[in-house]
Amino acid sequence: MTLTDVSAAPAARRNGLHLSLDRVSLAYPDGAPVIRDLTLDAAPGEILVVVGPSGCGKSTLLRALAGLLPVAAGRIAADRAPITGPSPDRALVFQDDALLPWRTARRNVELPLSIRRVARADRRSRADSWLARVGLAGQEHRLPAYLSGGMRQRVQLARTLAGGPRAILMDEPFGALDAQTRAAMQRLLVEVLRGTPATVVFVTHDVDEALFIGDRIAVLGADGAHTVVDVPQPRDPATRGTPVVRAARGTILAALGADDRSGPC
Amino acid sequence: MSTVSVAAPAAVPLPGRRPHALRWAVRIGSLAGALLLWQWLTAADVTLWVRFDRLPTPVAVAGELARAVRDPVYYQDIAQSLVRILTGFTLAAVAGVAAGIAVARSWLLSDVLQPLFEVMRPIPAIALVPVAILLFPRNEEGIVFITFTAAFFPILVSTRHAVRALPTVWEDAVRTMGGGRWRVLSSVVLPGALPGVFGGLSVGMGVSWICVISAEMISGDFGVGYRTWHAYTIVDYPAVLVGMVTIGVLGWGTAAAVELLGRRVTHWLPARRTGGHR
Repeated sequence: MTLTDVSAAPAARRNGLHLSLDRVSLAYPDGAPVIRDLTLDAAPGEILVVVGPSGCGKSTLLRALAGLLPVAAGRIAADRAPITGPSPDRALVFQDDALLPWRTARRNVELPLSIRRVARADRRSRADSWLARVGLAGQEHRLPAYLSGGMRQRVQLARTLAGGPRAILMDEPFGALDAQTRAAMQRLLVEVLRGTPATVVFVTHDVDEALFIGDRIAVLGADGAHTVVDVPQPRDPATRGTPVVRAARGTILAALGADDRSGPC
Repeated sequence: MSTVSVAAPAAVPLPGRRPHALRWAVRIGSLAGALLLWQWLTAADVTLWVRFDRLPTPVAVAGELARAVRDPVYYQDIAQSLVRILTGFTLAAVAGVAAGIAVARSWLLSDVLQPLFEVMRPIPAIALVPVAILLFPRNEEGIVFITFTAAFFPILVSTRHAVRALPTVWEDAVRTMGGGRWRVLSSVVLPGALPGVFGGLSVGMGVSWICVISAEMISGDFGVGYRTWHAYTIVDYPAVLVGMVTIGVLGWGTAAAVELLGRRVTHWLPARRTGGHR
């Protein structure tokens, strides 16, 4: 699906990356093909959610966008420049255990700043302010092993945002959390993303999570077949359960269900 | 947003702290028991196929030890052995960790170095004495070389395994933050491999002592190993045992130092179960 309204993006979001995939095929490192002929765009500053059954190549897609996996065929680009390797502009958020366990929460958040050669004193204050924004003030000195799963994901979110990326690629970041923590994290994410211009590609297999977070939802299927659904009035809690949202939900479930009938993708 | 649902686990409990005094009493009691048994066996001249009638008694050994600790030569020997082992061990730690990381991370270096290492590894370091004598102008370097070789392989192997076992997610995270090769090595590979590396360092320190003492016995002209062998050649058995006790204490001390350093740098590992470790 090509994007038609890049210019309509809000001014505050102009700094986000424009990510585009043009007839992209991807394979696992062992050579097994997983995605074929996928064409998909993420407009600057938009939140694109990718849903699909497990083993569908959602994570592989994010790794390719992060520059960790070369494409087997097709063109993959960020702001029209081909993606050839990782870049601090495109941050990847993992499902769990991505924090360095020997670094405290603060030192984990300082890591991207240190890579960007921010002065030491500055690093610390910026890390602390990011930790405060995700609700972890006072936990700066804790090691990841002594934080709960939800808190670790907050630290990871702070670490990602501290690096000031122009695109954030999130790989089921709340998939390992219990339902309550998950809901709290979704609200937190929506809140902190409001203040950043970054483009977000968010992978999940939870349709309600997708509807709560995304501007648009791409349902990934077999052989590059996919359906893109626009979320009516994104991130507006008042629309929950309204007929338009229920209709969008129905479309997504139907697209997922259609895939089930056509076999594994 | 609520923070109620994300309560942090309480501070780490320290299992094994409560019976601390008791455990030390058991440890000391074990040593004391062994000494008493030794005294009885040797004083009563027990011969049950194994003959204890010619082995010196602990009292005789203690007397010899009391004499030795007033002799500056005793300390000179200890210093000499320590310098040799620490030089060899430190060089082996640096080289072993570097080579282990290189072999684990680069297929080219792995193909170049791995066959050499595999052929060299089964050779007992002490069997290299003739080579050391041919290669090095002085005894001293030869002994350090043998100590180095002994410690190098355990450190290399444990580093290689530790690096290969690292989860890729840490490296991916650092690379997507813009970190390059050196950043990945210094921020992920090295700290992540340390717990495994210290396993190798502990083993390396042990075999280093075996080899430094053996090498001194064969070709030294100073050092605890040399002194012990010398005492044997002049039939001074209590002095032989003093040498052995000295080696035991020095080995224990250096092993404890490695252990302590290891715990310091891997303090982040969650939930250490026992106080008595390894």
